[in-house]
Amino acid sequence: MSTKLGEIIESNSTEFTAESYELHDVPALGSLVKITSPQLDIFGIVCQSGTSGIEPGRRPIARGKDETSEQAVYQSSPQLMKLLRSEFRVLVMGHKIDDKIIQYLPPTPAHIHAFVHPCTTEEIQQFSRSFGFLSILINNRLPISTEELVAATLREMSKVQPDPHAFLVAAGKALTITLSGEYHRLKTILARIRQ
Amino acid sequence: METQPDQNLGIVVTGSVEKGTDVRLDSSASVEDMVVGRYVTIEGKKRRFFGMVTDISLGVTDEEITISPPDTSDAFTAEILEGTATYGSLHVLPMLTISGDVNSVIEEPQPVKTVPSHFSRVKLASEADMERVFGKENNTNYHIGNPLDMETKLCLDLEKLVKRSNGIFGKSGTGKTFLTRLLLIGMLQKSKATNLIFDMHNEYGWAGSFEGGKGGVKALKQLFPSKVAVFTLDEENSRYRGVSTDFVVRIGFDEIDPEDISLLRQTLNLTDQAVEAVYQLRRHLGKNWMQLTLDMSDSEQIEQMLQKLNIHEGSFANLRRGLAAIRRLPFLVPHAQVNAVDSILEYLDRGMNVVLEFGRHRDITAYMLVANMLARRIYKRYQEKTEVAMAGKVTAPTPLVITIEEAHKFLNHEIANQTIFGEIAREMRKYNVTLLVIDQRPSAIDEEIMSQLGTKITCLLDNEKDIEAVLAGVNGKNDLKTVLARLAPKQQALIFGHAVPMPVAFRPRDWGTTKSYEEFTRGGDSTKQAEKDIRELFE
Repeated sequence: MSTKLGEIIESNSTEFTAESYELHDVPALGSLVKITSPQLDIFGIVCQSGTSGIEPGRRPIARGKDETSEQAVYQSSPQLMKLLRSEFRVLVMGHKIDDKIIQYLPPTPAHIHAFVHPCTTEEIQQFSRSFGFLSILINNRLPISTEELVAATLREMSKVQPDPHAFLVAAGKALTITLSGEYHRLKTILARIRQ
Repeated sequence: METQPDQNLGIVVTGSVEKGTDVRLDSSASVEDMVVGRYVTIEGKKRRFFGMVTDISLGVTDEEITISPPDTSDAFTAEILEGTATYGSLHVLPMLTISGDVNSVIEEPQPVKTVPSHFSRVKLASEADMERVFGKENNTNYHIGNPLDMETKLCLDLEKLVKRSNGIFGKSGTGKTFLTRLLLIGMLQKSKATNLIFDMHNEYGWAGSFEGGKGGVKALKQLFPSKVAVFTLDEENSRYRGVSTDFVVRIGFDEIDPEDISLLRQTLNLTDQAVEAVYQLRRHLGKNWMQLTLDMSDSEQIEQMLQKLNIHEGSFANLRRGLAAIRRLPFLVPHAQVNAVDSILEYLDRGMNVVLEFGRHRDITAYMLVANMLARRIYKRYQEKTEVAMAGKVTAPTPLVITIEEAHKFLNHEIANQTIFGEIAREMRKYNVTLLVIDQRPSAIDEEIMSQLGTKITCLLDNEKDIEAVLAGVNGKNDLKTVLARLAPKQQALIFGHAVPMPVAFRPRDWGTTKSYEEFTRGGDSTKQAEKDIRELFE
């Protein structure tokens, strides 16, 4: 069983939010994660992450005036570890049926309290064989810029490819077709994935 | 990566019978490997098409790319855009249908009457396809060269070729003479026709000059001494060049007819009245009219004659000036001992090919006078013989091909109706005589004559009018224009018409090397050799 990244605290058909078990320990932007359940394995891409106070109306205050490092702040106020929490949002990209990863939305959303796991190298490679997920990313209303997220996703995926350059070129070609007529958006993404 | 013959080049995306089809190149095929004039096959659903690439272009799916292209240092973006947002496209003119099924192997390639369906795959034509279209070298098929960038032999059916008049065109220095020599060799070996060549620049008989090279190249007589006779108008010059001549042509004044003079009207600067006077003088003075006209010195006698014949004094003077110019030609004598026409015919009847060298008499007056005179008389004899043959008594004479250079002088709009060459071109093979016309200004040749030429071979032309004239009436003219204008200045030509199934841009085979001479002479005797081998086998 792979390590748990967090637990779902909010969920719907297209996305879910998970809370990390450790403060600041969130998966990288654009990385592929999964939720394993007896009924359905759901795959998604991390589209935003952040840390805030556990009480919505109470903002953290600056505490490090007399400290030498960030680490020292946490050491002198150990309660902070309990008063703050890290969360990440995941866009649902597909699910697994009969050991086959399919890149469209699952019939039911992920359950609250389901565990979020990182994907293995094999899973990422299998998932990235098809570029159908690019159009889901591009056509979604995202909390951050689409171009940034697409580029981050491709960069993350390319790390585990046997030939990262070939992977990025193939992805770029798929993007060119998806973004036909939107040359400037394409250029922005390509500039962010160029090696 | 070089494009392999069996590789998919792309798919058909649009098409029309009239304008040809557009093919979108696959990203794996490099646009720079494509060449205008290349042959491709298109695999339609029901039949295969054979066509020629006539244009190559670059396209973009988004105009923005052309406005702000990726940085030249950005190879990554360029690699991604290549084949997706930017692509190469070919314009292919389908010309024949060839199918791969059993029936079609027997069937000849047919002209296209439709277009391949959407998304048909396009490949470079294979050697087998090329061979099916352009034929194999055999007893009647002559290997004239290779289609551009291909190893396949382009073969001409020479028996078919000589049934009609043909033309070789091209700017000066593009290789017309070279091509003509090549074609003559072919005809000599494989066409069963005899040739009469009016060789203005002494290129075809013994040795020809070789542009850019030292010394000369061998011509017909050196390669096929038993099949070629060299006649000369300038014995001294021939001897000086070391040519072994068979006959020295002399023309008697008494052999010159008024028709011969009227053709020279432009070159001799004669007025219409002066030409009219020639006919009257011939009637009045008889066969020896030319000599008598020039020798008249008694002014009273002249005046009397002119009054009687109602000829203006000025016209007569004009005519005398012209005739004097002719008389200065050294091969003209008051009376020739041996009739040149008879000798030429005698050789031709024996199946010999005759090259008439002009030596130093390269001016157009001499060339036109002699070519016209001889051709007219020879044609007349052929006409008689054919008519007798038609009556069923004897066999028809061997087909004769007359080669003329500077053809526009004989076949221009003004005199095409009068010269014998105009008549031969129009009446075609009726009397077993056809023309091989060589010219650098095809636009100056009468349209009617041009339309009668069966097969045209053209080297590079760059005058718009000349290109128009050569390509008049050819299917896919505009596409061929692109091909024609892009021929290399040397050693490349475009052939189209009767003797080839479709227009082909080709590189003529080698000439001038020892190996090439061996190949030519061997080719000629291959059938004889085979017959000999068979005989020996049974002895």
